[in-house]
Amino acid sequence: MVQRLRVRYAKRGRLRFTSHRDISRAVERAVRRSGIPVAYSAGFSPHPKISYAGAAPTGVASEAEYLEIGLSSACDLERVRADLDASLPPGLDVLEVVEARSGSLADRLEASVWRLRLPGADVAAAEQAVKEFEAADRVEVERLTKKGMRRFDAREAVRSVAVVNEQERTAGQEPGPPCVILRMVVRHETPAVRPDDVLMGLRLVAGFAPPSPPEVTRLAQGPLDATTGEPGDPFDVERADGDL
Amino acid sequence: MSVESLFPRLEALLPKVQKPIQYVGGELNSTVKDWDEATVRWALMYPDAYEVGLPNQGVQILYEILNELPETLAERTYAVWPDLEALMRSEGVPQFTVDAHRPVRAFDVLGVSFSTELGYTNLLTALDLAGIPLDAVDRTDDDPIVLAGGHAAFNPEPIADFLDAAVLGDGEQIAIAISEVIREWKGEGAPGGRDELLMRLASTGGVYVPKFYDVEYHPDGRIKRVVPNRSGVPSRVFKHTVMDLDEWPYPKKPLVPLAETVHERFSVEIFRGCTRGCRFCQAGMITRPVRERSITTIGDMVEAGLKESGFSEVGLLSLSSADHSEIGEVAKGLADRYEGTQTGLSLPSTRVDAFNIDLANEFSRNGRRSGLTFAPEGGSERMRKVINKMVTEEDLIRTVTTAYSQGWRQVKLYFMCGLPTEEDIDVLGIADLAKKVIKAGREATGSRDVRCTVSIGGFVPKPHTPFQWASQCDHETVDRRLRELRDALRGDKEYGRAIGYRYHDGKPSIVEGLLSRGDRRVGSVIRAVWEDGGRFDGWSEHFSYDRWMAAAERGFSGEPVDVDWYTTREREEHEVLPWDHLDAGLDREWLWQDWQDAVNDVEVEDCRWTPCYDCGVCPTMGTEIQIGPTGRKLLPLTVV
Ligand code: B12
Ligand code: SF4
Repeated sequence: MVQRLRVRYAKRGRLRFTSHRDISRAVERAVRRSGIPVAYSAGFSPHPKISYAGAAPTGVASEAEYLEIGLSSACDLERVRADLDASLPPGLDVLEVVEARSGSLADRLEASVWRLRLPGADVAAAEQAVKEFEAADRVEVERLTKKGMRRFDAREAVRSVAVVNEQERTAGQEPGPPCVILRMVVRHETPAVRPDDVLMGLRLVAGFAPPSPPEVTRLAQGPLDATTGEPGDPFDVERADGDL
Repeated sequence: MSVESLFPRLEALLPKVQKPIQYVGGELNSTVKDWDEATVRWALMYPDAYEVGLPNQGVQILYEILNELPETLAERTYAVWPDLEALMRSEGVPQFTVDAHRPVRAFDVLGVSFSTELGYTNLLTALDLAGIPLDAVDRTDDDPIVLAGGHAAFNPEPIADFLDAAVLGDGEQIAIAISEVIREWKGEGAPGGRDELLMRLASTGGVYVPKFYDVEYHPDGRIKRVVPNRSGVPSRVFKHTVMDLDEWPYPKKPLVPLAETVHERFSVEIFRGCTRGCRFCQAGMITRPVRERSITTIGDMVEAGLKESGFSEVGLLSLSSADHSEIGEVAKGLADRYEGTQTGLSLPSTRVDAFNIDLANEFSRNGRRSGLTFAPEGGSERMRKVINKMVTEEDLIRTVTTAYSQGWRQVKLYFMCGLPTEEDIDVLGIADLAKKVIKAGREATGSRDVRCTVSIGGFVPKPHTPFQWASQCDHETVDRRLRELRDALRGDKEYGRAIGYRYHDGKPSIVEGLLSRGDRRVGSVIRAVWEDGGRFDGWSEHFSYDRWMAAAERGFSGEPVDVDWYTTREREEHEVLPWDHLDAGLDREWLWQDWQDAVNDVEVEDCRWTPCYDCGVCPTMGTEIQIGPTGRKLLPLTVV
């Protein structure tokens, strides 16, 4: 391996229904299609050197997914971005490619910003629920995992949660039915607290129950800035001038 | 009139179902054409789950060919799982295509590809969800023409009530021809409604319209005759054969699914047809004669397909792949070309006798040597004569010995149980064969690290084969023989642990038999099963034998027939069979003679290598065998 690249990509629209495994197959094929010289692991059944950090769950859209790819010969970054993007189906969109510097990318992904669109939900009820949730010390929720029902705290990991006032803008269309938009910053912890766990928390503390499933988008992930309480850009290191 | 996308309504349901990605479309190389610019609109369906249906070559080929026509568009639809079906019913979302999520009922044609009969109940679900009346006679001009194709369409009688039309054989040219007929008819203002359209299709002789034929029965239940019920309808309908596969190099742009499917590879058909004459094999009988794709076209298709798809495996498809006249060159040429690129090659459907270990070595050069599959099908030498699978035990042992000694560690052996004239001893013979295989492997390698797996399923007699007259073995006998075989394998101290055993029990084969050789009266059983919740009959977790038997009780009440009548009953030479008016080109007398030869253990040669034995196909269909060698070679790809 001569060059290690870090890639930010988006999963958008109907392709948000891809699972992590679906994406990794699609990426492997896109790499082959585009002719990018990916490096392979040694051994009996060689695998392309592609690894993923913190993939968003199936059904969740994202503007900030990350992967790393090892190349067997050095390539122009913008060309890799364009070729890879062109080789992936629309909806899996390559946004940025940088050359990796030291440090693990996964370690930098400390928190995510999530946007939850809740069609048909009541704004006042949402605001009330958010207030009560933030006031609580612990909010125990349950989720069915592969290992059975798990109980864990959904409050601690939530750095902030708010109802945002955002006009639904869809070009040329009538304003849609009422809709609540929640924005939250959640730290990555084990067990992971997902946006729907927080929603479950809102329901438990204040009986807030949106009438239809949320449409969730990850807006960003990165190192948590202690002062702003927001995640920064995980590629800051790569973007900094000079050698590290 | 434009048609709205159902996606926004579907989208709201997707978070609640398993594997939602299968319903969203957007695959690489999929096509969405403008609705209003097309005159003829096809919805193509593979009536099974997306994961099985997407890789289907037949649908992919027709999809691509139809979308290449300027005034035609084609989209795809698959069977939805029961979780989504329930939501679609409660929310009123109709059956949709995955390309542009348009309602299936809005299309002109719903073309359904049946490689197996087990998709029949799924057809009913799709029709019902689409809002298309189940019975063809209840449909109006607002409903699409429901058209069946694929191997099972060679006897569409069990689903005749639900079909407007069926097409036999290769679909490429007839799909284009049907589009043309519809385009013209629409251009004239759709005179006479759907009946006139069906009449125009039927009068070509290449499209079967079941409702234009009446079936008359004898009091004892046998068919008396099948006759056209209006003038201008031919008394026989013929199959279609594409000659010169090099002219039809599809798929050019294989669909690349996002969801995981059963076949994650780029497949190229290296030839169509098979003349080996295995008597149980419907595919071999109905796809005659052999038509090879040339080595250079295969090379070009592989190159383009890999580039378009990014797949890392290539499958060379056919009914008996090692029989291609230049298979050695193809294998070597491809292995050379893709050396060092992590591209795997596979050769499904390979026969023992034609099998050449060098070939397998070539194919595994760029990958690992895992397992080799052989299909002797019959457990004893006599049985193999009956089915015309001419493999001697000596051949088999010699071949597996070479395989083991060249580094292969695992050999799979495929068999059938319940073949005509079969006795217990024929099935138990499989145990001896498997032990000899392991013994040979141990001797050849000097190691105990060799394995073999015996895989066995129940035999189902199929239309248009010499066994179409045969009695199907009852499931009790099949299951008993399978158990005895298992005990004989497991009980062996010396070899038992080196032999794996996989079997399919006998009951599903009985249902398959009912559907394969059924007539129009079976339609009410299919409907009853479906009404009772029958779905996905190809999946053991959904299949219910008891449901089928209960439905047959009801469906056949008042008729002089029952399940046994259709399955375990042997037919007489002159009994009118439900598919006799559907012509695969095979001469009925030749088939009967071959059936008699089978019972007398007489074998027949392969007309690819030996002179024509007058099966009837070539003269009837105006076709001929097309094989190489071309003498050409695959050159290395130029590096860009
Ligand atoms: C690859 C393959 C599979 C794969 C992929 C299946 C898939 N989704 O395509 C897997 C491993 C999953 C599979 C499974 C099974 N398979 Co399979 N499979 C094959 C194989 C090797 C190739 C199929 C192929 O791609 N052919 C090439 C395409 C182009 O042909 P086609 O689909 O028939 O389509 C053409 C025409 O039929 C027609 N056409 C088809 N549909 C339509 C529709 C319309 C409207 C029109 C106009 C025309 C039309 O036009 C097409 C182009 O000419 C064949 C053997 C062979 N060489 O054909 C067996 C074969 C089709 N399978 C067979 C069987 C029995 C099965 C199983 C039932 C096995 C089992 N017991 O589980 C399952 C059923 C799966 C299912 N539920 O559908 C049998 C069918 C027996 C028969 N009656 O002829 C075959 C023929 C093997 C054999 N020698 O017996 N199979
Ligand atoms: S007609 Fe003759 S050559 Fe043609 S498929 Fe039949 S046996 Fe072979």
